[in-house]
Amino acid sequence: MTAMDQPSPADQAIAADHVIKRFGDGDSVVRALDDVSVTIAKGEFFTLLGPSGCGKTTLLRCIAGFETPTSGRILLSGRDITREPPNRRRVNTVFQSYALFPHLTVAQNVAFGLEMLGKPRAEVSRTVDRMLSLVRLDAFAARRPDALSGGQQQRVALARALATQPEVLLLDEPLSALDLKLRKEMQSELKRLQHETGITFVFVTHDQEEALTMSDRIGVMSAGKLLQVGPPREIYNRPVNRFVADFIGETNFLPALVEDGQVRLTSGEVVGQGQGQGRVTVAIRPEQLHLALPGDGGAIPATVEGSTYLGTDSHVQLRLVDGSRLVARVPSQPSGDLALPAGTQVGLRVAPGAVQVLAD
Amino acid sequence: MAMSSSAETAAARRRGRSGWLLSTPALVLLLLGAAGPLLVVLAFSLLSKGEYGGVALPVSGQAWFEIFFQRDIFDGTISPAKAHLAIFWRSVWLSLATTLITFVLGLPTAWFIATRPERQRALWLFLITIPFWTNLLIRTFAIMEVIRNEGLLNTTLIAMGAIDQPLQILFTDWATLIGMAYVYLPLMVLPLYAAIDRFDMRLLEAGYDLYASRWRLLRRVILPIVRPGIVAGCILVFIPSLGAYVTPRVLGGGTNMMVGNFIELQFGQARNWPLGASLSMALLIIVMVALLVYVRASAREGRDG
Ligand SMILES: Nc1ncnc2c1ncn2[C@@H]1O[C@H](COP(=O)(O)OP(=O)(O)OP(=O)(O)O)[C@@H](O)[C@H]1O
Ligand SMILES: [Mg+2]
Repeated sequence: MTAMDQPSPADQAIAADHVIKRFGDGDSVVRALDDVSVTIAKGEFFTLLGPSGCGKTTLLRCIAGFETPTSGRILLSGRDITREPPNRRRVNTVFQSYALFPHLTVAQNVAFGLEMLGKPRAEVSRTVDRMLSLVRLDAFAARRPDALSGGQQQRVALARALATQPEVLLLDEPLSALDLKLRKEMQSELKRLQHETGITFVFVTHDQEEALTMSDRIGVMSAGKLLQVGPPREIYNRPVNRFVADFIGETNFLPALVEDGQVRLTSGEVVGQGQGQGRVTVAIRPEQLHLALPGDGGAIPATVEGSTYLGTDSHVQLRLVDGSRLVARVPSQPSGDLALPAGTQVGLRVAPGAVQVLAD
Repeated sequence: MAMSSSAETAAARRRGRSGWLLSTPALVLLLLGAAGPLLVVLAFSLLSKGEYGGVALPVSGQAWFEIFFQRDIFDGTISPAKAHLAIFWRSVWLSLATTLITFVLGLPTAWFIATRPERQRALWLFLITIPFWTNLLIRTFAIMEVIRNEGLLNTTLIAMGAIDQPLQILFTDWATLIGMAYVYLPLMVLPLYAAIDRFDMRLLEAGYDLYASRWRLLRRVILPIVRPGIVAGCILVFIPSLGAYVTPRVLGGGTNMMVGNFIELQFGQARNWPLGASLSMALLIIVMVALLVYVRASAREGRDG
């Protein structure tokens, strides 16, 4: 992470400072969070991305106050809240299960937090009305949650959590229970809500596409560690290690040699510039590879092994002369026909700057 | 169309008739088993008392009159039957207090059981139901052994130096209350457990996250959602408490009677079967009215949130 990514103290919404969380003891100890430090700016849409069991929920629960870190601190606007109970933190959660109160109507659900804060009755009903129209549920105010669809319940949960104007809103895989179409709809809905309320969102997902399209910044986690934090473009184009490169999008990993800043594939061709020295692994995105005629100046000779039609484009599986395999992404032709039968000899060009030398 | 529809109704009628036929045994049993005895009791309450117990003609409202009023044997003046009303009143307040005590003790108990790991719960529920395996009389005598003047409680308190005279608990209303709370506690715990078991614990985090204190969580989230269990538990405790017989008899002594004991007295020593029968009917009416009011009130509160 570069210095520029660090918000200045005045702009900090939430920060984790060397947070470690262990569950269990003795032989069965689990390090759910392994020295996590991150600072999230006010008004930011921050996404935690990582595979199942990597500690995303645990980090969110530490921020919400449902778990106390084994060590380290949680800061809200620069203030240490590590030991404050959840009902004292101006942080609200949208739970994956929604956790709507089944005995209350939609309006009463949204009013709950405001009433607990002791807001006057008139203000409560005004805010509830505003929230319900914000999530477009005005017509459902008197319904019980069990008479709503999944997407509607989701929006009630959002309205309920937003009603009290928290400093930070935590969303734990809020869209994972929705079908694809509704999911897309809610993604833009969430962006709109965040834009209109200006509240800091910390969003958890294990869907990399969701993370890339929605976030201002992404934190990629694995096994309790925060591996990389940065804007989507940086995470996608400059992954710090093999895990991040592999987890975000599709990538070709190739063994290579770095000499005097030149990256040379084991098949012999120089494909770009890079830091380091000696044997390394490089990552090249499939869409950064272009097909050319064999023997074209500087093109890497390769053999087509097969192709997969994907609609807007096709995946072409290729083999280099040294036997290493990779995939290129080729835009579909109007005819729909790629005309690249297995065994075809082609040339490969690597887009300038597409080669990423990985740390490990 | 007309043909087929009349054929259909005929078929439906046949089905309806065979339905009635099929349920006849159950209906007969219900009538004989439940309504029959009740009708007998009602009839007895409207007859005169026989010379050596039993009932005799003519039909009379005397027994019902006697519940509320008494006629002076010398000058024939009529005054309210204070003793009877006191017995009713004691029954009602002891039953209400029993219900309250079992609720206050039963809620945390049921909560505790429902939050144990799955495999431990069966064991805890088993422990709760163990008292049912022993005769009620024996359990009541066991309580007596604990609270009598030379009993476990008093000797312990004296040994600890907390008191120097034994507390007279036995043969007071307190003894009856302790005994009934002990006997009926499982009837409160079980329905509460069933309701709490269905309660989604994640709602607690949701409430806590939305600035609710622990007390508010209890009032605004837990109690409204487990209400059906509370209603069931209160009914299961209140009704048998009101008719309790063994516990007040053994622990309350002869003087602190409840309605159950008083009714028994009428059929036994007092040889006033009509009064016993009318008291039984009065008890039944009280229970039904109480139930109606309670269920209505809790349904309304449930609706209003
Ligand atoms: N209360 C707990 N007791 C013991 N271990 C726990 C507890 N909560 C979480 N863990 C462990 O901590 C690790 C991280 O869990 P966490 O729920 O944070 O993962 P996650 O990233 O949210 O996964 P998912 O995407 O599946 O929700 C897991 O190995 C999990 O088993
Ligand atoms: Mg999770």
